[in-house]
Amino acid sequence: MDKQAFPHTARRPQSAGRQSPAQSPQKTDDTRDMAVRIRVRNIDFYYGNSRALEKIDMDIYKNRVTAMIGPSGCGKSTFIRLFNRMNDLIPHTRLDGLIELDNRDIYSSGADVVDIRRRVGMVFQKPNPFPKSIFENVAYGLEVNGIRNKKLKEARVVDSLKKAALWEEIKDRIHESALRLSGGQQQRLCIARCLAVDPEVILFDEPCASLDPISTRKIEELLLELKESYTIVIVTHNMQQAARVSDYTAFLYMGKLIEFGETQKLFTVPRNKMTEEYLTGKFG
Amino acid sequence: MNGTKTVPFPRAGGFPKFHLRNLTQRIGFFFLFLSVMVTVLFLGVLLVFIVARGIQVVNWEFLTQPPREAMTAGGVAPAILGTFYLTLGAILCALPLGVACAIYLVEYTPKSYVVNLIRMSINNLAGVPSVVFGLFGLAIFVKFFNFGVSILSGSLTLAIMVLPSIISASQESLLAVPQSYREASLALGASHWQTIRKVVIPTALPGILTGVILSIGRVAGETAPIIFTAATFYTRMYPSSVFSEVMALPYHIYALMTEGVHADKQAPIAFGCAFILLCLVLCVSAIAIYIRQKQRSKYG
Repeated sequence: MDKQAFPHTARRPQSAGRQSPAQSPQKTDDTRDMAVRIRVRNIDFYYGNSRALEKIDMDIYKNRVTAMIGPSGCGKSTFIRLFNRMNDLIPHTRLDGLIELDNRDIYSSGADVVDIRRRVGMVFQKPNPFPKSIFENVAYGLEVNGIRNKKLKEARVVDSLKKAALWEEIKDRIHESALRLSGGQQQRLCIARCLAVDPEVILFDEPCASLDPISTRKIEELLLELKESYTIVIVTHNMQQAARVSDYTAFLYMGKLIEFGETQKLFTVPRNKMTEEYLTGKFG
Repeated sequence: MNGTKTVPFPRAGGFPKFHLRNLTQRIGFFFLFLSVMVTVLFLGVLLVFIVARGIQVVNWEFLTQPPREAMTAGGVAPAILGTFYLTLGAILCALPLGVACAIYLVEYTPKSYVVNLIRMSINNLAGVPSVVFGLFGLAIFVKFFNFGVSILSGSLTLAIMVLPSIISASQESLLAVPQSYREASLALGASHWQTIRKVVIPTALPGILTGVILSIGRVAGETAPIIFTAATFYTRMYPSSVFSEVMALPYHIYALMTEGVHADKQAPIAFGCAFILLCLVLCVSAIAIYIRQKQRSKYG
């Protein structure tokens, strides 16, 4: 399936003549043997004429949690929305550079954007269940991706709800409206909905921003479980959260990637002075 | 504190003892209340007047029989049926076309100058006087396409007349669908068309239906567009095909009050027609409210 997803691998002119994407330019000691799931090379991203992201190179490693931190408006969300081509929905935007998912350019002219979005799931800042029942919410992704078999559908819905640690709380009312759930439950429902279509990567865009501390803890526990089987990217404003859940952390500031590395190293011995200042609360 | 001398916040003082604002508020509220009362009064009087005078002539014969004795006796069944056909035809044409238009304009076209221009034109079209649509229908459907004065011509004319309001109402409800629903659907790997079909339209449906049903009320009551295109003053015949000309309630009221020689006998019949028309429109609105409430309470 992966092989058929991108029948053409034509490169756009900007990326022609650059070094082969298979070679990673910035491999440091701690990342040498890691499998790369998403490879970002030399990207610039524009909203109209204003540049939101500038010359970013970065690798997202398989089955690891990568956190994006940085002050509001630094481009974290914009950045991860490039990985599932969500920014395509915004008019007058432009991307230069290369983004690969499993060694295939997701912005090539032949890329199947619908398939990319199935493989790269997303959980949004504000829980956004559909105004349908809990069951229908989870089954939706299966239906649009062509699963008609009722038995299989039901099994996968239940399985996803269990994986998202929601099943026990709602198993008696899966045919009730999803909008009656609490905020934290709604967010876990969104995670279940995302898991149902069997993605490889899950992007979390500030998933706990509108949740209380208990719901936040549940989501964080869930993230640690999920990384066994998924590659996770999480945008967060909460630096403790980044420290708790992530293996790698990227610090963005004003659209630039200031520092990227193992979370533990970045938080204890940041290489860049700006990272240190941000972590210690001197600005941001 | 800590030894530094605290400076008291200066008191401005000088406020008047008597506050005019309480009085102006009372006067303001009084006028707002008065506006509501005047509106309710006139609507109430209208309703009572029509019902009181209309209900006297409405009986089984009135609803089921054609007119007799040069419009002075009998019923108005052909007019009720004609209005029903004209309205049905108009909505059948305008609903799919209008909703499709709105979906395309909201979902598929980029927000550009041209689209804004199209939207503005459609909104302005909604304000064109209905008699203009009548003339247009006469020129295009009756003469050019040679449909004659018929249900078909009348329905098409009415359809074109309500198209702008159906498009506007549909656009409004489509735009009111939260963008987060679309994003959620697309992020799961749904195509744009799947997203529209399975998420956007179901969410917007109550709003679209409300708009459509309010348009039905308007279509049923319009006179000017059908004068030249569909309506006839008197026929004993029930329509046999879409090319038949028909009687219609609003035009029948107009005809009863302006033509004929027995004004004293015709006027009560006109009020009977008005009463029936009012009932039809109220029924349709009630259905609209019912559907909307049902949709809303489904997933509250």
